[in-house]
Amino acid sequence: MGNEIINIISGVIVEEDDSVSLSTLCRRCSLPSEQVIGMVDQGIIEPLEPQVSSTYWQFSGDSIIRVQEAIRLQRDLGINLPGTALALELLDEVKALRQQVGFLQRD
Amino acid sequence: MGIAKGASQDEIKRSYRKLARKYHPDVSKEKDSEERFKEVGEAYEVLKDPEKRAAYDQLGANWKAGQNGFQPPPDWGSGFEFHGGGFTGGSENGAGFSDFFSSLFGQRAGGFQGTHQAQHTQGEDSHAKVFIDLEDAYHGASRSLSLRSTVLGKDGRPEVQTRTLNIKIPKGVREGQNIRLKGQGSPSVAGGKAGDLYLKVEFNPHSIYKVEGADVSLELPITPWEAALGAKVQVPTPAGKIDLKIPLGTSSGKRMRLKGRGIPTKMAGDFYIILEIVLPDKLSDKERSLYEALQQEAGSFNPRVKLGV
Repeated sequence: MGNEIINIISGVIVEEDDSVSLSTLCRRCSLPSEQVIGMVDQGIIEPLEPQVSSTYWQFSGDSIIRVQEAIRLQRDLGINLPGTALALELLDEVKALRQQVGFLQRD
Repeated sequence: MGIAKGASQDEIKRSYRKLARKYHPDVSKEKDSEERFKEVGEAYEVLKDPEKRAAYDQLGANWKAGQNGFQPPPDWGSGFEFHGGGFTGGSENGAGFSDFFSSLFGQRAGGFQGTHQAQHTQGEDSHAKVFIDLEDAYHGASRSLSLRSTVLGKDGRPEVQTRTLNIKIPKGVREGQNIRLKGQGSPSVAGGKAGDLYLKVEFNPHSIYKVEGADVSLELPITPWEAALGAKVQVPTPAGKIDLKIPLGTSSGKRMRLKGRGIPTKMAGDFYIILEIVLPDKLSDKERSLYEALQQEAGSFNPRVKLGV
């Protein structure tokens, strides 16, 4: 086992990025554009201006995280794309509910 | 994996799939879900192969030496040197552990056959979680993070590498947001650039504050006389103490909003104070008689009039 030197590094908050192009999104997630467009079709992510053609699509920073999650769910749990879209929506709901329950339980 | 020794291969597959869904880090809210998920994957990798399973069945309880995973028995077979520990990065092999591991189990060979890696010259991205306090989100912070990953050593065999990174948590980060550290992910096998490290920020529960997005709230107890007469009181906030003017005639449950004193994100959140009137446990005789006098004076006020009683 090896240990490396300690580095001091800063990073950027992914979600604070207001606008990410389709090609940047593809690069960040190591996916071909057809697959990303497939996710848009399923409603997993949405371009900031859906009415323009896909070449000009821009996404909010949190789309990167969403796509990465979708990839993991598909790959690790063998879910298909529509199932992944549903799973993500349900997980959002569960998270929100858990937070509410947390508030109520505190008293 | 919680199954009996004589379980069929189908039962093993079913049990694995159930556990994989349960402990998948994106699904589970447990702190140690990543470790568990990998454990389950490793266990399945052994059990799904009848040969390995037979070896495991023979060894019984002695097969798992450390809590970090599989310690192979000394006579397992040459070329096998998996040491356990966490995996970062992904793979296309279905259980979230690296190609190194699967190729190892698949061929029990000393050599590495990276069929997946050939598709990308770039290293894989890694994902990890970091826990911070609310105050860290207000002021920014430094964190020392230990990451374990399995990489190819110089001898061509997988080895567990521990990296310690000193990272800066930017101020204004919200729970659930991800910090991207460029080039800190898994190194590239093909000599290209390394992947990125994504750190998901989670907050430790706070003893007095509640956090919702960028908004922070606090329940503030006040006395009946502070509520009735108004008062100036000191209030804690994650950014330090402040003075608050309580308006006279305040009732319990009143919410006061301090705009922009929530988490300092791009659009700063707000700080909410919810007032709660509390009484001392015991009243002295004098206090009681004062209350009784007040009761006489204010007796005409009926707070329950809207309830029809």
